[in-house]
Amino acid sequence: MKIFTRRLDKTTIFDVSGDIDFANSPELRQSVLHEIREAYAPRLVLNLSQVRYIDSSGVASLVEGLKASRDLGSRFILIGLSTSAREVLQLSRLLKVFEIYENEEQALAS
Amino acid sequence: MSHMKTFPQPKVNNDQERRSGHRGDLLLMLTLYSSPELLSVVRGTVERLTEYLGFPITESTSITRAVDEALTNIVRHSYGNRPRQPITMYFRRARRRRQSGEVASGLEILLCDRGPAVDPRKFRGRPLEEVRPGGLGLHFIRQAMDIVEFSRKSATNRLRLVKYLAPSTQRCVSEKTL
Repeated sequence: MKIFTRRLDKTTIFDVSGDIDFANSPELRQSVLHEIREAYAPRLVLNLSQVRYIDSSGVASLVEGLKASRDLGSRFILIGLSTSAREVLQLSRLLKVFEIYENEEQALAS
Repeated sequence: MSHMKTFPQPKVNNDQERRSGHRGDLLLMLTLYSSPELLSVVRGTVERLTEYLGFPITESTSITRAVDEALTNIVRHSYGNRPRQPITMYFRRARRRRQSGEVASGLEILLCDRGPAVDPRKFRGRPLEEVRPGGLGLHFIRQAMDIVEFSRKSATNRLRLVKYLAPSTQRCVSEKTL
């Protein structure tokens, strides 16, 4: 898994690629929580279009990020869900819990 | 090295198989240590194997996810994230007779570890209505597989997962083979 970080005005974008599993989900969790709790990003966008696989620990990291952002009144957005990511969120009944957009343009315009 | 746990020994058949009245042919056996870095290697192997057996891509993906989650549970809960603990996986052809008399074929995966005994009541997962981290792995496993059985014998935890090919898929595979 790789995380590439971009900052645009008040938005932080994480471009995540590869597999998110138990071996590396702690890294994703740490990056997400740091950006929300330490860097106080008002809007964090996770681009998952290049994520091939995501397991339950990866989903747990996303849920933690969502909860942390709600606690601090910031926004936590997912974009470009790959088939794998969409399927896992659907199975977890979390698709409607997250704020999800097709692409970056839609997320930035929201 | 005498302090190290040994890998669960290979067996052609197991008790659970005998009880369920069928025998499966061993296709593949994997022995590995409890290293999270190896999860992706196992996923690749299971994906190829299920494709080879004729499972459609959606089922191949869900079986692979189930095995990945089961292995993660062993590493996290059975071995408490301790590295270099032994895990053995057996992949066998599974067969059962349907009510129609037709023989269904599929894949049986037996995951064995030498961790402490696990309370089977913990094999529940959490209600999906609760939005909180954790507890989803078991849900993914149960959603993907036809049979999920846990047992413990000779200081070994055994998780048996079985998935049968859908009748339509099986016919396609048989026709292709002919």
